[in-house]
Amino acid sequence: MDPEITVSEEERAANAAAAQARAEEILQRELRRRSRRGFLVFGAAAAAGLGGWEWLRTRRGGDGVPWPLRRGLEIDEKLSRRYFRETRLAREFPRGAAEDVKVNGDVGVDDDDFDPVQWRLTAEGIAGHDGPLTMGLAEIRALPRFEMTTEFKCIEGWSKVVHWAGARMADFIAKYPPRSAGNGYVALETPDAAYYVGIDMASAMHPQTMLCYEMNGAPLEVDHGAPLRLVIPLKYGIKNLKRIGRLSFTSERPKDYWAERGYDWYAGF
Amino acid sequence: MLRAMNRRRMEDAMKRLEAKHPLAIRWFHWINFPVLALMIWSGLLIYWANDEYRVGWGGWTLFHFFPDGVYDSLGLGHRLAEGMAWHFVFLWLFAVNGFLYVAYTLISGEWRYLVPNRGSLREAIQVTLHDLGLRKEPPPRRKFNGAQQFAYTGIVLMGFGSLVTGLAIWKSVQFGWLTALLGGYKMARIEHFLLTLGYCGFFLVHIAQVIRAGWNNFRAMVIGYEVAPAGAGEGEDLADGSRNNGL
Repeated sequence: MDPEITVSEEERAANAAAAQARAEEILQRELRRRSRRGFLVFGAAAAAGLGGWEWLRTRRGGDGVPWPLRRGLEIDEKLSRRYFRETRLAREFPRGAAEDVKVNGDVGVDDDDFDPVQWRLTAEGIAGHDGPLTMGLAEIRALPRFEMTTEFKCIEGWSKVVHWAGARMADFIAKYPPRSAGNGYVALETPDAAYYVGIDMASAMHPQTMLCYEMNGAPLEVDHGAPLRLVIPLKYGIKNLKRIGRLSFTSERPKDYWAERGYDWYAGF
Repeated sequence: MLRAMNRRRMEDAMKRLEAKHPLAIRWFHWINFPVLALMIWSGLLIYWANDEYRVGWGGWTLFHFFPDGVYDSLGLGHRLAEGMAWHFVFLWLFAVNGFLYVAYTLISGEWRYLVPNRGSLREAIQVTLHDLGLRKEPPPRRKFNGAQQFAYTGIVLMGFGSLVTGLAIWKSVQFGWLTALLGGYKMARIEHFLLTLGYCGFFLVHIAQVIRAGWNNFRAMVIGYEVAPAGAGEGEDLADGSRNNGL
């Protein structure tokens, strides 16, 4: 055996071990470096995210929802209104599919002394009339009768198929047009002004938007908004105002009962 | 030449740091996690207002979504307006992040690791059997095994499904054709809800697997690099280190 080779083999083994230790050290150093950087960025991003969340949820807007979210809903509305086509209709169902609907909410219609026979509709902003115009149910019934069976969708999440009869809002507007062409909204409120909604003109003019006086084949019940209510399948139930007392055309975005309480003003499908 | 081969052999015998998850994918993942959590949370604020779903038959109910204790303990009640506001604002972040993620995987070629291929189904079954303790042979050492490929591709499809069913509910007249395609308004809501349950199931399995896989695997999702064990080959199936030069 050649002693020189033995030494050299031992040396080689030692060298290899040293190299491996060195490589391990390099790996650990590299891992530490990458970990430090990676987790610092990760932690900073997490802190920024939490900070953003905290900031967002504590903004007050005065209308029941943080103002940045309100701006977000308004952007949604802008997109929705741009995409809107009045030729797209809410699905219609066979007449026999109509269901009973529970009474959900009585804001503005909780006055027990209300007499539907004495009821008058006050319309404001009508062309050719400087002051408000008042009319009874006969004037609404004089408009072409329109019927449809559509799905009433509550903002809570439930929906019911209902058969409605009344006059198209578009026919009403054709007969009683707004005073100025720029009037882009319709404001509606109950006779006691306790409940009020605003509708954009495009949705008001939609062929399925109606002033309704019959529900499921019978005259509208008081609890469901007799004698005249708005039915607008393009919108959540919150916009389908019962017992219309006042209707006005306006160029300003009308106030809206539920929008003041944190809901989307547009609330359109 | 000989020296080079020796070095290669030595490198094989040692642990080394391998690039695993590209930077972009880590960002998409860690943005998606809180955003999806926020979408589920705000979705529950909405669902509370009409919590009609249950598992049962006729008048008999096995499980009601959800028992009152769930809402009470998480503070989910009487917050419908707030839930809708969060939901209809953050959906954009969820959608944009998701689309960018898909676009990135397509452009970078990462999709090849993620989308199931011919052998994936068989492998997914083997991996599942192994994880359940019914099969000895461990899954192949590869970036994503067959089970992961199905899970990670499935979750992307589910995300797309949530956007589509959500749109069908949110804009059920202007996108009425979509609502009809999904079986109507009520059906779209059920589908949207089921997908959410799916995320919760995915989350539980995902967390369990991440814990099982250990720190080295988790850390790679943060720093991008994983320590490859000694003796592991060049691992051509694993991420290509030169390309996935994540930071």
